Amino acid sequence: MSPLLSVENLRISFPSRQGPVEVVRGVSFTLGRERLGIVGESGSGKSQTGRAILGLTPVSGKATADRLEFDGIDLRNATPAKWRSLRGARMSMVMQDPKFSLNPVMTIGKQLMEAVKLHGGASEARDKSVAMLEAVQIRDPGRVMAAYPHELSGGMGQRAMIAMMLVTEPDLLIADEPTSALDVTVQIEVLRILDRLVSERGMGLIFISHDLELVSTFCDRVLVMYAGRVVEELDAAKMNEAKHPYTRGLLGCLPKIVGDVRPLPVLARDAAWLE
Amino acid sequence: MTDITIQSEGRASALPGWIIKFGKLASTVAVTLFGLLLVTFLIGRVVPVDPVLSVVGDRASPSTYDRVYLELGLDRPLYEQFYLYAKKAVTGDFGESLLTKKPIISDIARAFPATLELATVGIIIGTLLGIPAGVWAAVRQGRLIDQLVRIFGLVGYSAPIFWLGLMGLLLFYAKWGLVAGPGRIDISYEYAFTSKTGLMLLDTAMQGQWAAFRNVVSHIALPGALLGYLSMAYIARMTRSFMLNELAQEYIVTARVKGVAEWRIIWVHALRNAAVPLVTVIALSYAHLLEGSVLTETVFAWPGLGQYLTNSLQNADMNAVLGSTLLIGMVFVGLNILSDLLYTLLDPRVRSRL
Repeated sequence: MSPLLSVENLRISFPSRQGPVEVVRGVSFTLGRERLGIVGESGSGKSQTGRAILGLTPVSGKATADRLEFDGIDLRNATPAKWRSLRGARMSMVMQDPKFSLNPVMTIGKQLMEAVKLHGGASEARDKSVAMLEAVQIRDPGRVMAAYPHELSGGMGQRAMIAMMLVTEPDLLIADEPTSALDVTVQIEVLRILDRLVSERGMGLIFISHDLELVSTFCDRVLVMYAGRVVEELDAAKMNEAKHPYTRGLLGCLPKIVGDVRPLPVLARDAAWLE
Repeated sequence: MTDITIQSEGRASALPGWIIKFGKLASTVAVTLFGLLLVTFLIGRVVPVDPVLSVVGDRASPSTYDRVYLELGLDRPLYEQFYLYAKKAVTGDFGESLLTKKPIISDIARAFPATLELATVGIIIGTLLGIPAGVWAAVRQGRLIDQLVRIFGLVGYSAPIFWLGLMGLLLFYAKWGLVAGPGRIDISYEYAFTSKTGLMLLDTAMQGQWAAFRNVVSHIALPGALLGYLSMAYIARMTRSFMLNELAQEYIVTARVKGVAEWRIIWVHALRNAAVPLVTVIALSYAHLLEGSVLTETVFAWPGLGQYLTNSLQNADMNAVLGSTLLIGMVFVGLNILSDLLYTLLDPRVRSRL
């Protein structure tokens, strides 16, 4: 069986005064109906990788790849109409902060139903939306449907966002730091909901984060990115077998509560990692 | 653990929110109008025009002069004079015009509709063209169409309006005869209908005088288009920058992820958000046009408020000047309230702060 998504030699560059700058430099991976984590620091290209899969590279940027295939569809020369039929319906994305990623002047209900209606389902849009809000454990869906984004807390907003992205039952979900903007206590709750929905539906998930520990507990496989490249690919269960010094350095930076009194080591960067 | 947290910042209060809002609004209006009265009153006292002389003339006898001086209440303390002034102003009594020998209020009632009609035509043209032009420029930022809109706009607010007006008259009226010349209507149509609202477009249309209506349209076309161009330049520029700001927001990416069509992203998602600050821009442009565009009204011999005000000023007709100033101030206050209300309607975040 062919994988849900295969990416080969993905490169993304942005123009600058010193000529084009490559922010993603030859990323390759395949994804089945599993949970893949992409970890990396700010500017490592993880978010741009996620956006390129959805064809959402900013207009100033340029994305190329030897292969970018979703369920047998070549995404490299997809027409805008093709993109529209894929986005929302078959692949979607949860973004970082619901404060900015929800339209402030539209009610949650309207935004949810828009997603349903776009992909054929106008008649049962309302019922589907309410059911989806229940699925993300919102107790009073009627009230949330009528609420504006600013009337919801961060955790509620992110659950509404997840509902909006899953209501069309896509095959692939990209979660771009979905919990970074939330309080720690709420983070786990939102992750649990996301986890349950993704495994229930047997979807493919790309979980983008800078939190190595979070990703290793949450995903099946982890890609570690550094300066636009994948430096290491690991089985999430075998994080301690990491070979690359960058990954090892990151793991070494994690503080432990018990029996750890040494000063936290600082990551010593090596220019060779850039190659 | 799955509580709905609906934020509420309102204080506990026995009164419903809208009453409080209305009370605040009413007091703001009252204070503003009081300030306006005070300022106009003080201007009336400060200018070196003797109000008595302007009534009795230069050659009046000293006894007449004294009588009028007492009649006008100029012997009383200033606060009492202000009280009398305010009392009269509230009932719409600004005295008589020196020029027309008619009550100021009836002069204004005649001049203001002409300005209102012209400004309204102008703002409608400006909005209908300015918003699409601004949106278009924002969507094609940096491309040819963006540059064209910006240059067109730049000319709009940097070219002197009297020059544009004269050029317009020269080409469209004198040379090509496409539109009628200065004035609101040709004299042959002036008595074809009775003036009810003072807005000739409305009056002629309501009375079915279509020949007169066409004549009015042909008169208002050029000055209306000119004012429309001016407000369009401003509205398009502001729309462009508001749209650029909105199009860079994350919720636009969300809409794209959902598979929303590009036209819907622009005209529904982004413009609906940009509309909030645009309301203020349009209201202010309208207020600006309503002040009476002195130069436009002069070039087009338009018997509006701007022309009335200029004439009164040049003839030291202080009562008329003060009356018109008060009216313009009230128009400003009114439009500000209107844009506040629209703002509240358009932005749920403001609404919940009531």
